[in-house]
Amino acid sequence: MFNDFINQFWPSTVDGLAFGSIYALIALGYTMVYGVLRLINFAHSEVFMIGTFGAMFVPFVLGINSALTGLALVGVIVLMILAGMLASAGTAVALERIAYRPLRRRGASRLAALISAIGASIFLQELFALIVIPNVFDRPQQGRIQMALPQIMERTDLFSIAGHPVKLHQVVVVVAAVGMMIVLDRLVNGTKIGRGIRATAQNPEAAVLMGVNIDSVVRMTFLIGGGMAGVAGALYLIAYENTNYYIGFLFGIKAFTAAVLGGIGNLRGALVGGVTLGLVENYGAIFFGSDWKHVISFTILVLVLMFRPTGILGESLQQARA
Amino acid sequence: MALALGLAACGNGGSETTPADGGSNAAAPGTVKIGFMGDLTGANAGIVIPPRNGAKLAIDQYNKTNPAVKIELVEYDSQADPSKAVALAQQAIKTDKIVGLVGPAFSGESAQVGPVLEEAKLPSISASATNVKLAENGWKYWHRVLPNDGVQGPGIADFIAGGAAAKNVFVIDDKSEYGKPLADAVRAQLATKGVKVTNDSLDPAESDFSSVANKVAAAKPDAIFFGGYYAAGGNLLKQLRDKNVDAKFLSGDGSLDKGLIEGAGADNAEGALIGCPCYIATPDVTDAKVKGFADAYKAAYNADPAIYASEGFDAATVFIEAVKAGKTTPEDINQFISTVDIAGVSKQVKFAPNGEVEAKDIYIYQVKGGAITLLGKAAEAKLG
Repeated sequence: MFNDFINQFWPSTVDGLAFGSIYALIALGYTMVYGVLRLINFAHSEVFMIGTFGAMFVPFVLGINSALTGLALVGVIVLMILAGMLASAGTAVALERIAYRPLRRRGASRLAALISAIGASIFLQELFALIVIPNVFDRPQQGRIQMALPQIMERTDLFSIAGHPVKLHQVVVVVAAVGMMIVLDRLVNGTKIGRGIRATAQNPEAAVLMGVNIDSVVRMTFLIGGGMAGVAGALYLIAYENTNYYIGFLFGIKAFTAAVLGGIGNLRGALVGGVTLGLVENYGAIFFGSDWKHVISFTILVLVLMFRPTGILGESLQQARA
Repeated sequence: MALALGLAACGNGGSETTPADGGSNAAAPGTVKIGFMGDLTGANAGIVIPPRNGAKLAIDQYNKTNPAVKIELVEYDSQADPSKAVALAQQAIKTDKIVGLVGPAFSGESAQVGPVLEEAKLPSISASATNVKLAENGWKYWHRVLPNDGVQGPGIADFIAGGAAAKNVFVIDDKSEYGKPLADAVRAQLATKGVKVTNDSLDPAESDFSSVANKVAAAKPDAIFFGGYYAAGGNLLKQLRDKNVDAKFLSGDGSLDKGLIEGAGADNAEGALIGCPCYIATPDVTDAKVKGFADAYKAAYNADPAIYASEGFDAATVFIEAVKAGKTTPEDINQFISTVDIAGVSKQVKFAPNGEVEAKDIYIYQVKGGAITLLGKAAEAKLG
């Protein structure tokens, strides 16, 4: 068994990092909304799902059906990420406007917002299965069938670690995800918009008194969180080349787990939680079999929360400095 | 809720000959209703639409002969969800008053629907459920028109060790009511042949199978068998090939769909081998009966017959023969089914008392140039 672990350690690490960074990007959306509104946006899983379809739209419209190289490849990847961001951010902002803000205005309880989120989630899934996929992607009566992306990127071995090849697409996923997280970190910690977000997270009433427009801060939070989910959707699609209307479900649960694991409300916690979850899942699968992945990840979550109830990094967006 | 679903399912038929009144309970005089139940719009609909088409073709052909008693096909879209399937079965029995059912398509839903049909004394013939245990319930009204996984698994294993000459095999299952027993049957049979077997399981709801692929890469097998449906199978095959694993990929009837090729990509799927207790009428067949079926199917649906199409046709044919013989109550039809012995498109149709069909051939198919082609019977097929 330890022999297995040594043999599969490096490939599992690479896969864990790549998948963990996708978890982390989605987890950012949960964590930001929680930090500002104290609300778990359970429809965020669908924001991710719509991101994958937004990204899918680019090669679909361009009619790409073979692998690209060089500048064309870079261009298509950038377009896919932008389209994913646009679709996801748009969805997230619309969700806030339609499903949350009316409730917030009327002072409804957080439970009401939770139910509203679950309703919005089911609505969006069925919207895609019944209307968007059959019509926009020209797949009549196949709305619930997985949709494959033609391979746009050759599976080139970039370099190898201990004899195990690392593929170009895995490097692209990790680099793009880390890049987006650095941009986000700068945005929240170094700009006026970010200051507004942090102020609202610390004390909404004081923030209003200081002239922060809460509605626009909340909208901004959903916009940024949605955008990150869109990047995750595009990167997922490039690496795994398939999606379906239901794909957000498992990703949503896992990314939410990652957010809690890292410390919900903490941006860097989302990164730590996502990558930890990705790695633990893959290492655990070596010992117990791949079907035990979910059991392992939730056992780890319970263990961490038993000893650190606020997650690995603990500190929330409210107290975030710098 | 169930009623609304039933109506929706009928609306999805999309053909002018399916009456859109699935919810109404009064059949026209001289008409009996036969149901078809399966995943018509869900993730694995690709292997349920062809048997639906086959059954519909048989019934349409029969109705065109202007018989005294016409047959109306009522569709029930269970989306492979056992709880939905049970609700639909109750609707079929109480509201629609069907006299026979083609389906349910999958094993999981069959296990749940079986007792309901048994209690209502309603005969059913599945064209695709292959779980062994289904026949062990003592059900008197349940039948299937193809051999079970207990036949399929060993048949495929014999081919892996024989025709494909593999010595080191990695067997993966999806933990489903269908995939696990099939993979276990393959494992057991391979072990008796002295083949080295390594195992893993996956969750088909997931889309990242890299941990499975890593295990396979470490085991360096010369063949891989996957027990599960094509939606996960295609993704798995792709991720295996992405990890430079080039061992032969084999799977069972649940993966016999072009969705496997679409999910994996044509290059990755090339050469993949799929075993099936089903017989697919490929366009180049010479047998007159099979050719007639293939041509009629192509004319009606503008597609070549795919998986279980001929089995769906045969299952419906059994009910048609019963109606032709003047049997129009569920009890009489069930009586008729136990004595039936007719030459179907897929095989000679004759049922054992436990509901199993007597013919036991397993066929091996291969992906060539992005299409599924027939390689031959499992016992005889050789890799060229």
